[in-house]
Amino acid sequence: MNDQKLKTKARSSSGMIRAESIFKRSLIGVGVAMILLVVGLMITLIIESVPSMKNLGFKYLWSKTWDPVNNVYGALPFLIGTLLTSFLALIISIPFSFAIAVYLGEYNPKGWLSNFLKNTVELIAAVPSVIYGFWGLLVLVPLVRSLEMKVGVLPYGIGIFTASLILAIMIIPYAASLGREMIRLVPSPLKEGAYSLGATRYEVIKNVVLPYTKSGLFAGILLSLGRALGETMAVTMVIGNTSMIPDSIFGPGNTMASVIANEFTEADHTLYLSALIELGLVLFVVTVIINMIGKRIIKRFTNE
Amino acid sequence: MNAKVKYRVGKSKFVQGLIFFFAFLITIPLILIIIYIFREGITKINWAFLTQIPKPVGEAGGGIVNALIGSILIVLTASVIAIPVGILCGIYLSENKTGRLAYWARLSVDVLQGVPSIVIGIVVYFWVVKPIGTFSALSGSVALAIMMLPILIRSTEETLKMIPFSLKEAGLALGLPYHKVILKVIVPCGISGILSGIMLSIARIAGETAPLLFTAFGNPYLNTNLARPMQSLPLMIFNYATSPYDEWHDMAWGAALILLFTVLLLNIITKLTTRRWNVQL
Repeated sequence: MNDQKLKTKARSSSGMIRAESIFKRSLIGVGVAMILLVVGLMITLIIESVPSMKNLGFKYLWSKTWDPVNNVYGALPFLIGTLLTSFLALIISIPFSFAIAVYLGEYNPKGWLSNFLKNTVELIAAVPSVIYGFWGLLVLVPLVRSLEMKVGVLPYGIGIFTASLILAIMIIPYAASLGREMIRLVPSPLKEGAYSLGATRYEVIKNVVLPYTKSGLFAGILLSLGRALGETMAVTMVIGNTSMIPDSIFGPGNTMASVIANEFTEADHTLYLSALIELGLVLFVVTVIINMIGKRIIKRFTNE
Repeated sequence: MNAKVKYRVGKSKFVQGLIFFFAFLITIPLILIIIYIFREGITKINWAFLTQIPKPVGEAGGGIVNALIGSILIVLTASVIAIPVGILCGIYLSENKTGRLAYWARLSVDVLQGVPSIVIGIVVYFWVVKPIGTFSALSGSVALAIMMLPILIRSTEETLKMIPFSLKEAGLALGLPYHKVILKVIVPCGISGILSGIMLSIARIAGETAPLLFTAFGNPYLNTNLARPMQSLPLMIFNYATSPYDEWHDMAWGAALILLFTVLLLNIITKLTTRRWNVQL
């Protein structure tokens, strides 16, 4: 009887040990799987863009014509379109995200008003991009069109400028939330010292908070730039989708992400498809580099 | 007070006003979007809208039941794929703070978080759609699952890191095997953080369109077979919004209202259950 008990006990603990080693192995397996997933992403992109790299070479990136019908591919219009929309959006968004970060980090860190603003900013980040695009298409585009008529440029309505406006709204939360975290890390003795010397609030922000947080704020801007570069749907819906180099910021254009979204399922031969994938590869590499730099800066900043 | 001091105080007040103005200006677009979509969408939503499939252009009526069911199925399948992997990987990273494999795994999660969703769509097209030979809901779920992973992993890791080490020691001292300490002690302690990560990641992918363009593809008919193309709400909004037909725009407004409120509701519930502010980067 006792023997029987011991036997079952031994069996159950050997089962435990087996379960433990299975668990440990599956943890490591999942870790390896994550690495393989990312490496696999990259390798797939590279392999599938080989035909375009071979046939078009490096000049693909700076030739100006994109004409799939005649099998002529040049990515320059999309590179320019992407850079224009992203940087324009960044410029529009910086005053807002900076103001939100300073307000929540310095002026009013607690209370219902700052809670309200915090939640609003968070919800802005949560709204799906296709909804921004839809709203932009049917509400913002007519507004921009009437603005363009007043200014006296061709009233397309759609185009680089409208896309940047929408993008700006979408990326504000990223820089704002990070900026707030950074501003809260400023040691209060530093600020108190400045106040006790008679500095006004503005002078404290300008001479203490900003110099202390500038690398962190820069990282926030980098991360929102990464977002802007890869944003697809909202931009696709309002940018106008013409594969030419935009002649002004009010003209229609195309970004790398939007041309992929529009033409990927229509690409009927290998070179066309592979040219699109190479755009995806460029997008992947650029956003990964920007994100890595941003995260590196934040890590260094928060460890100091 | 002399003039110099007055000037400095005035300048400070002016900048303060400017900052308040810019900070609160951001609430306007959100309020405008919500009001506009609510006003346009609420009149379209009725029982038929929720239970019928779309009618061809020109015919009145029709609904979005195919997109509703499609969205639910695609997101559910994505969750089933991503949640176990994401939580396990979060456990792995929180248990292994140093070490070469953990370093590379953490770096991969960071990279994955920054990958544009359209790029994930392309890759899943080659991984799932091409070998199978047809667009399918399953491939859409795979793409969305890949997008869920970084959020899940990060929130699990961050939550479990905060659990006191003494709990783990106590469990081990009682002779519990390692996996029981983790699954029966550590994970239940952090369950609220993990759940909020799950909800956030679902809210995040529920509105994703770009990775579904070349995977789930869309379908004008009701379909519950995961191996076939399937409609989803964001895809439907995109296709209908960019169409030239007014009645399709109307349907897109209705769908946008449902999608917007689902996503916002998920976010608000998450917020109420955890009181920490963190926009997922």
